[in-house]
Amino acid sequence: MWKFIVKRLLLSVVILVFVAFIIYVLMRCLPTSYLEQVALAKSQQPGSKSFGEWMEQLEATYGMDKGIIPGFLSWAGKALKGQFGDSWKWTVPVTEKFHDCVWLSFVMGLISFFLELIIAIPLGIIAATKQYSKTDYTITVLALAGISLPTFFFASLLKLVFCVKLKWFDLGGLVSRGYDHMTAMGQFWDRAHHLVLPIVVLTVLSIGGLMRYTRTNMLEVLNADYIRTARAKGLSERNVIYNHAFRNTLIPLVTIIGGSLPGLFSGALITETLFSIPGIGFVSYQSMVSGDIPFSMFYLVFLAVLTLLGNLLSDILYAVVDPRVRIS
Amino acid sequence: MSEEKQNNEFNEAQEEQYSLNDDRRVKTLSPGAMVAKRFFRNRVAVTGLIILIFMFVFSFVGGWLMPYSEAQLFYRDDYQNKLFASVTKNEELRISEKESGSFPSLALAQFFMAMMKNEPTFTASGVEYTYEAVGEDLYSFYSDGKLVGCASYDIVSSSTAEKLPFELEHEILKAVASGEDNFSWNGATYLVDDDGGVTSNGQEVAYASRYIVQPLMSDIFLSRQFKEELIEEINNGAKEFTFTDPEGQAAEYSIEYKPATKSWSVNQSVETHVFDAYSKPSKAHLLGTDRNGMDMLTRLMYGGRVSLYIGFIVVAIETIIGVILGGISGYFGKWIDNLIMRIVDIFYCIPSTPLIIILGAAMDAMHVDPQIRMIYLMLILGFLGWPGIARMVRGQILSLREQEFMLATEATGVRVSRRIFKHLIPNVIPQLIVTMTMSLGSTILIEATLSFLGLGVKFPFASWGNIINDVNDTYVLTNYWFIWIPAGFCLLLTVLAFNLVGDGLRDAFDPKMKR
Repeated sequence: MWKFIVKRLLLSVVILVFVAFIIYVLMRCLPTSYLEQVALAKSQQPGSKSFGEWMEQLEATYGMDKGIIPGFLSWAGKALKGQFGDSWKWTVPVTEKFHDCVWLSFVMGLISFFLELIIAIPLGIIAATKQYSKTDYTITVLALAGISLPTFFFASLLKLVFCVKLKWFDLGGLVSRGYDHMTAMGQFWDRAHHLVLPIVVLTVLSIGGLMRYTRTNMLEVLNADYIRTARAKGLSERNVIYNHAFRNTLIPLVTIIGGSLPGLFSGALITETLFSIPGIGFVSYQSMVSGDIPFSMFYLVFLAVLTLLGNLLSDILYAVVDPRVRIS
Repeated sequence: MSEEKQNNEFNEAQEEQYSLNDDRRVKTLSPGAMVAKRFFRNRVAVTGLIILIFMFVFSFVGGWLMPYSEAQLFYRDDYQNKLFASVTKNEELRISEKESGSFPSLALAQFFMAMMKNEPTFTASGVEYTYEAVGEDLYSFYSDGKLVGCASYDIVSSSTAEKLPFELEHEILKAVASGEDNFSWNGATYLVDDDGGVTSNGQEVAYASRYIVQPLMSDIFLSRQFKEELIEEINNGAKEFTFTDPEGQAAEYSIEYKPATKSWSVNQSVETHVFDAYSKPSKAHLLGTDRNGMDMLTRLMYGGRVSLYIGFIVVAIETIIGVILGGISGYFGKWIDNLIMRIVDIFYCIPSTPLIIILGAAMDAMHVDPQIRMIYLMLILGFLGWPGIARMVRGQILSLREQEFMLATEATGVRVSRRIFKHLIPNVIPQLIVTMTMSLGSTILIEATLSFLGLGVKFPFASWGNIINDVNDTYVLTNYWFIWIPAGFCLLLTVLAFNLVGDGLRDAFDPKMKR
């Protein structure tokens, strides 16, 4: 078991190095960056140096004048020490900006994750136990509709109904105008109020996947011989489903849920952007669009780490939960 | 129900005629027909298929049937308020000179100083002037006893296009300032009325007024009647003004006072030719028009075409790379498998959405041509999307490779490439079709998201995503539902249909499924 984990960890590190290198090469090859905008703006000031000279100076300042491989090595060396440089767009250290905004995304992700679990798993079980019934069809179609909904369209619809027509929520942002004059409790409720719609969007869009996964696995278990045995013994249907079938369905569920835990930190790029919620997704969207290389680099590598962690976690959990895997 | 029963009985009766070991008794269905039968029994999947067919017809045939083209612009005539003239009330002394340079503006300053000090003469540029005040509104300036210029609050405008001689202008100003109703000059008698109009022998010569009316265009000549009526309306504090010219043509103007410049601007509503932007659904445009005055329904059809094209091409690229690499990896195993799977792992780890956003922003900055941009978009999406398919193909082939028919191909000496692509891959096709159908939906979704963010398909090309892009403008979100809701539903229905069909196919291909 430990050997397996160590092997997977080492492999993940190797993969991470390659992914970081690919991302670095792509970033460095981009024809434009924030630096050029700055250099252009500076060179247009009266009595200033030329664009080329500014560019040279800025590149030297930010360590962009090295070749790609030495540049990557120095980036990786600093990254290992936790130094990701200063963000060009936000003019603060990358890690500081990251700390400022990641928790908001995490809270949003966590709440919608719990809602997703509470809604999707029971629905999946119901759909599986009543396979090919009207309930099953309805749930399946709704789940598929959730997967097929374009985030931006769903968010726009919600905005139209709840913000414009009913005026229950603000169109975007995390706080209302009078936020500074509120009590601590009032500030908390104000933030919570602004997070309702984004969380609804995140939840509705993610239910489909988990529900279908639950349904498929539940169906597989329900077709197994031991379920027939349980029924033949004369156990109540309730007992069969919840004690015999569901427990076995939990094996794949736990692995996939565990695997998606690191993803809670990745932020919801599109949803946050649409609702102007200053979480990690929105912040990095702005950084990426304006060519802020240190921040984008950090975010992309961070996402890669999260993916790797997720895979690792689900593999380990699989072994933990399922004794058959442990033995072989 | 009863009909069905009858049919069944009829069939049974027919079957009974064959003997027990007659082959005709046994209905055989090819595996393909079995799949089709199972698929068509699934009502939800068939609904998906119908939606898909509709969407294809809508996008590919619809665009061809529509009378408009993708980027055809529509115009409408609209009334727009355009600045026509401005009116200012003169509140400072204005100089008139006998001839150019005879009374420079520098002299005016000297004159003011002299007046303050109550001195009768003043000097400017070495010339000595004397002045004479006529009432409070007019000052005449003399040099060597000759009239060289005057300064007044009133302004004399000629009724004809010709400029008036300075002496006449002076006489008029004098008459107006002193309140006389007639004067004679150069052997002719001139009458001055209350409004400042000057006539001679019944003919209009000029008029004096404290208001300056200036047309915005220099080629427009404003008649005195117009100016007088306008000034009267301004004095009355009116906001609207209608002027009927001697030919009987009426024009409407609106008057607006601007305190900042102490002037009135006179706006004329002019018929202008503008883009027919955001027009409501009508017979000519069933879904209205968009921001640029293009027909929404047509854009929607062409948008569907673009979205579907991109979906198909991207999935084709994904599948080709995925099948080749997955096939090789699964068949050869060992280090080749290890290598390819590590590459797959790396690609799996690359965060694709952020990466595509960065590349899109870079293409924005490079001003890549929209057509080429679309090709890049497909290549990038395809190149980032293959690992899933490669993993699936490899997994299938790993298990297929151990089966007896593979041993048979080896025994009969079939070439390796033939073994992979003729004997193994066809067995993966069912799963492949399911995966492809599902990823068609998700690719269309990714493309739409990118276009929505303004980083995917660009104007003038339409795509369902960039049509919805307009909701970034809150005014459009609130007021023009017909711009974005149809596109959103097209997108939703298409992706949903792909998923439904994919789901139905998965069930139909799976021999373990009940039914």
